[in-house]
Amino acid sequence: MSQTNRLSSGGLIDRRKPLSFQYNGKQYQGYEGDTLASALLANGVDIIGRSFKYSRPRGIVAAGAEEPNAVMQIGASEATQIPNVRATQQALYEGLVSSATNGWPNVDFDVMSYVGKIGGKMMPPGFYYKTFMWPQTMWPTYEKYIRKAAGLGRSSTMKDPDQYDTLNHHCDVMIVGAGPTGLAAARAAAATGARVIIADEQEMFGGSLLSSRELINGKPAIDWVRTVVDELSANPDVVMLPRSTVNGYHDHNFVTIHERRADHIGDRAPVGMTRQRMHRVRAHWVVLATGAQERPLVFAHNDVPGVMLASAVTTYIERFGVVPGNELVLMTSNDDAYLTALSWASTGRKVVAVVDSRAKADGDLVKQVIDKGIRVIFGSAVYDVDGGTRVKAARISGLTADGKKLTGKSETLSCDTIASSGGWSPVVHLSCHTGSRPVWDDNIIGFVPGETQQKQLIAGGIRGHYDLLDCLTEGMNCGYVAAERSGYGPVGKRPEYKVARIRRSPAMPLFLVPHLKPISQAPKQFVDLQNDVTSAGIELATREGFESIEHVKRYTAMGFGTDQGKLGNINGMAITAQVLGKSIAETGTTVFRPNYTPITFGAIAGRNCGELFDAKRYSAMQPWHEENGALFEDVGQWKRPWYFPKSGETMQQSLNREVLAVRNSVGILDASTLGKIDIQGKDAREFLARVYTNAWAKLGVGKCRYGLMCKEDGMVFDDGVTSCLAENHFLMTTTTGGAARVLEWLELYHQTEWPELEVYMTSVTDHWATMTISGPNSRKLLAQLTDDIDLDKDTFKFMDWRPGTVAGVPARVFRISFTGELSYEINVSANHGLQVWKKLMEVGKQYDITPYGTETMHVLRAEKGFIIVGQDTDSTLTPYDLGMGWAVAPTKPFSFIGKRGMAREDAVKPNRKQLVGLMAKKPDVVIPEGSQAVANPNQPIPMTMLGHITSSYYSATLGRSIAMGLIRGGLDRMGETVYYPQADGSVIEAEICSPVFYDPKGDRQNV
Amino acid sequence: MLHIFCPHCGEYREEEEFRCKGQAHIARPLDPEACSDEEWGHFMFFRQNTRGQHRELWVHSTGCRKHFNVIRNTVTYEIEKVYLVGTKPETEGAAS
Amino acid sequence: MEKYSALGLLKHSLSNHENWPRLWHNPTPKKKYDIIIVGGGGHGLATAYYLAKNHGITNVAVLEKGWLGGGNTARNTTIVRSNYLWDESARLYEHALKLWEGLSQDLNYNVMFSQRGVYHLCHTLQDIRDNERLVSANRLNGIDNEMIDAEQLQREIPLLDCSRNTRFPVLGASVQRRAGNARHDAVAWGYARAAAALGVDLIQQCEVVDMVIENGAITGVKTRQHGVIKADRVGCVAAGNSGVLAKMAGFELPVESHPLQALVSEPIKPVLDTVVMSNHVHGYMSQSDKGDLVIGAGIDSWVGYGQRGSYSIIEHTIQAIVEMFPAVSRVRMNRQWGGIVDTCPDACPIITATPVRNLFFNCGWGTGGFKATPGSGHVFAETLALGKAAPLAEPFSMFRFHSGALIDEHGAAAVAH
Repeated sequence: MSQTNRLSSGGLIDRRKPLSFQYNGKQYQGYEGDTLASALLANGVDIIGRSFKYSRPRGIVAAGAEEPNAVMQIGASEATQIPNVRATQQALYEGLVSSATNGWPNVDFDVMSYVGKIGGKMMPPGFYYKTFMWPQTMWPTYEKYIRKAAGLGRSSTMKDPDQYDTLNHHCDVMIVGAGPTGLAAARAAAATGARVIIADEQEMFGGSLLSSRELINGKPAIDWVRTVVDELSANPDVVMLPRSTVNGYHDHNFVTIHERRADHIGDRAPVGMTRQRMHRVRAHWVVLATGAQERPLVFAHNDVPGVMLASAVTTYIERFGVVPGNELVLMTSNDDAYLTALSWASTGRKVVAVVDSRAKADGDLVKQVIDKGIRVIFGSAVYDVDGGTRVKAARISGLTADGKKLTGKSETLSCDTIASSGGWSPVVHLSCHTGSRPVWDDNIIGFVPGETQQKQLIAGGIRGHYDLLDCLTEGMNCGYVAAERSGYGPVGKRPEYKVARIRRSPAMPLFLVPHLKPISQAPKQFVDLQNDVTSAGIELATREGFESIEHVKRYTAMGFGTDQGKLGNINGMAITAQVLGKSIAETGTTVFRPNYTPITFGAIAGRNCGELFDAKRYSAMQPWHEENGALFEDVGQWKRPWYFPKSGETMQQSLNREVLAVRNSVGILDASTLGKIDIQGKDAREFLARVYTNAWAKLGVGKCRYGLMCKEDGMVFDDGVTSCLAENHFLMTTTTGGAARVLEWLELYHQTEWPELEVYMTSVTDHWATMTISGPNSRKLLAQLTDDIDLDKDTFKFMDWRPGTVAGVPARVFRISFTGELSYEINVSANHGLQVWKKLMEVGKQYDITPYGTETMHVLRAEKGFIIVGQDTDSTLTPYDLGMGWAVAPTKPFSFIGKRGMAREDAVKPNRKQLVGLMAKKPDVVIPEGSQAVANPNQPIPMTMLGHITSSYYSATLGRSIAMGLIRGGLDRMGETVYYPQADGSVIEAEICSPVFYDPKGDRQNV
Repeated sequence: MLHIFCPHCGEYREEEEFRCKGQAHIARPLDPEACSDEEWGHFMFFRQNTRGQHRELWVHSTGCRKHFNVIRNTVTYEIEKVYLVGTKPETEGAAS
Repeated sequence: MEKYSALGLLKHSLSNHENWPRLWHNPTPKKKYDIIIVGGGGHGLATAYYLAKNHGITNVAVLEKGWLGGGNTARNTTIVRSNYLWDESARLYEHALKLWEGLSQDLNYNVMFSQRGVYHLCHTLQDIRDNERLVSANRLNGIDNEMIDAEQLQREIPLLDCSRNTRFPVLGASVQRRAGNARHDAVAWGYARAAAALGVDLIQQCEVVDMVIENGAITGVKTRQHGVIKADRVGCVAAGNSGVLAKMAGFELPVESHPLQALVSEPIKPVLDTVVMSNHVHGYMSQSDKGDLVIGAGIDSWVGYGQRGSYSIIEHTIQAIVEMFPAVSRVRMNRQWGGIVDTCPDACPIITATPVRNLFFNCGWGTGGFKATPGSGHVFAETLALGKAAPLAEPFSMFRFHSGALIDEHGAAAVAH
């Protein structure tokens, strides 16, 4: 298909580089430098989508981020699908595959449009709130169809093959927008030596100058752009980011930029190239040079393909060499849009008329148009459009001076394109992200940024200053000011810009062009094209009481599309104000929030998924665990061996084997992950006494003690063994998951409550490899590996520790036990861990030493009734509730943390839940963990629950199941029966007992 | 995204390095046993929750692990002052 | 109140929708009301509705400083569920869920309550234990909830990555199938319309700046726009500003106000027909009827009234979402926003009498207020009508923070909503 709308010369495209692409299954050609939108227009494609609610045919309206209609599905393969790409922001590349997102069977012939035509009147805003209620049971069915009709493009169903990353920057001056203002600012700031970042969402720098015919210093503007770009490129302190949207402006001058590095080559990007990158910028000063977007006028049938923004038409002609039609009617309320008529006329195609809502205008551009012999109709407006799938004619009529009513006769102007302009709306979005509200300015007929807390300067179009010379000058000044405030400059000689000023006649505030009929009866006048919001819809919303602009927005869905109302919101606010009889300033605006334009999830996630989602921590013995077939359990960030299955074993068989090995001979556990905090200082002992519930005053060097920690509320939050290494030196252990939390908590108390205590704490978790050998043969094993530690049972007692050498390596050996067996916890420096572990395995062979994991450890400790904080406790249990009053020393002189809390009314009331042992009446039944106990399983629901099972296992040692759990008043209810109703309807009967199931006197650990 | 000056490290660092520990200057009662349940509950749970100028405790958790106080506006999020634990700021910033 | 129906819609379309009545009016406040409700969000409007409907008290004003339903009602991620752990909260949320089930018909306003199920993912053995505990407690409380394993989960939610290839592989999930979503704005509007129809005065742009307290009892409120308005009883339901109101009344609350952020993608064709939440990787997602992926982000650690939080929270959330749903990596995030949530130390709300007689507070819903809207309103209406805590509200007194009778729902609430 030929490019019927392409000019033979002009524009910034490269006609020597044709590109073929696919749209809706058909092949087309465009050129390098095209966007998908300009290429489609060049090929005369009118319909590029169907509207959301009424399925009306829609065409391309704009040339940038404000495009509401041309929202495409892109991607040549399933894995590379991208939904909702704005064709106006997608660079064309060879082989690009695109399709429209709505329409069945296709966009040119869409069955839903008939539903829209017939049912459209039945679908005013909020219609779904008023219907689909009867019968109640039918709602899921109604909703299924509503959902089917919703959504634009589709997500890929596969894992994203592309890579994304993140870059952090600091800079002195961050410039947003590389149009004339931004470039002038960058040039100025860079000249001072400041570090500058300049970002622009377009493919190339230049902004409005890319489609301008103005001269700067006597030369075409594009030449100036190229000069400045070259100059900035040569400066090592300037980072230039084209194809990069500043999507968010956050507190304390933090700016996020979404750079699209490979989207302009799409599926053709080389393997491994980062597709997109998020820049996280902390800037001293930010210069917003975001310019302005043109506002269309709202009139009946203004959504027919061929109705476009005036400035977009100019852009397509001047930048892309594409004339999107043959016969133009230009409708405007201001001088700037006359440029469109001049551009169009210069291509040799026909300008039918310029329809100007103002009674008169005599600015330079107006004069030029009139001089060219183009018909200009003042005091008139296009109020309706003929045509279904393409504009056929514009209906015009006279307009009263206030723009509220049509007057005089109507006239029909035959044409295929209607360009409209209601003036400019400054792009204030970013200035609002940190909570600043924009302010309405009658002079420029638009919102400008309000006051802000940020170190932010604004220049050019965002202030409503549109004259090129003003933009260059303001940009330059802001660049210098920002640099100076960041500590650079001043610069002596400033460049001078010579630009011929264009004299403009005053614009007219016009938003909605009235129709012959009142709003409610006129044909649809679209405000938000993507969401099919009409002026009648807005009027209806206010009629029903939705008068706040936020209510209007939410009731009509105005501005909720992927264009976020860039095109329609101001018109919507103006129409709301009009129907309420208020001013726009009174009506106000909704709040703009990030993002400025949508950004890819993958880009925000960056590399932080999969392996890098969270750090993985391994002990020094990890290679051995992996070689020996361990399965792993996630505990915090750690990967801990869960158990070590042998081939052919079920999990239970593995656990039984591991448990019995410990009870009968010797097992070995990697305990390196337990938190270890080194505590020193002359007040270390006093400090321990304050943070633990039990006493520490008399713990001698070489001794270890178990301790419980509570929060101020008296509830247990961590536990562990602390050893006295020297008079003023202790080693504290914590739970694996609680290590960091405990250290921060200790620091908090030391630094804020008791700074007078001389105590120092540091984490040494990673410094040590810890292996626990446990079982009756553990002493014999250890004896074979050390010759400088006296292992005699009466000198190296239970709860002692000794320094020495194990397997030829300096070690600390702690005789503590979490299994109830004779146990030694051997600590060596992490670097020696693997070697010592292997040695233990080698020498231990004669005892059939058996590695065991966390699950076996859990069974072993449960047999002994030892708690695991976080499993047997939640944050609601005092030490007394756990039957661990022995670990509380209420007579300590200092009121330790938790003491007062555990004395509160609720903490001492009778019948609290308490931790007990539970034995199922059927010894082979393991009560599922989490099961709730009841006294009577036949009571009606809701049942009165007594507490839940916290730990439950099959104990190979005892040859039966065991469990620990909470029971209301449980410590006084030994021997009573409770019932555990299960999801399948069965009930498990169990007897309350002591949680110490095995060796209650502790003989085995004291041998 | 707050940019916070750590008075111990002597430089501005990103918010992600810090953790906010809530309202500052909540002293643990010296004699907890003398407190009623109500007083103890207040110490633990009840907060000013100020809208505007707020004094709060922060910790440079992935930096120097030290705590310090901040006066921050909870509406604008501007940080007016940073000062050491155990000190009071010399001048009060203007409440907004 | 004109009854809404499809037939009515047809009738009105014939007159170009020119005759639809207002949902509510803008009355001038009276000098005195029986009851003033401060806060015109979902909870406040529901309270007004049930006061009028269930207790026959219609001399009621709702004072709203902005626009109706403009606070967290307009900013949440619309999840409704009742699978809470402790009896006290489970009963309250289940009471709400039962009201949700007939709400559209009761209000004659389609709040689009959709019972599409809510899944809580388990990534660790402790997650499994916690969810087993929750499921067991829920079932014995008469609340539906069930455990499913990873294979079944994968069948039910194809989009979710249940493979072993993730950093924290999914081991299983609990699912409450009666849970789901509703259309948040419609809830406020539906209650407002129904309350207004029963005679309640809804007064927007009316900010309370002080409390009028005489001899330890409240007698009215002072407003910025309308001066003092008197009342026999006052109920404050102003999430995000409860602390500010409490200060006016001269006391503190065990509440802190934090930013809570949320975000949506661009609308895409349906890929997810349920709600998936993971406390462990800190993310949750559903898809709206419009096609947006609706994603809840975490809570900032500091007090903030600015309705915005830190970008790093958004980053972590998106990382979690892409980790859970790798196929949506190429979908784009459209908008983000923040609300102000009043958080309690035990992640449970406060529905309470206060140190000031005749002044009641309903606050501290943290991240989970939306789902409770009908229940909260129902129970608070009863509390205001009785002049003391309704039975379901009793455990939620602010004085539990003195006695220590907390209801710790951190496990069930966590990131979750």
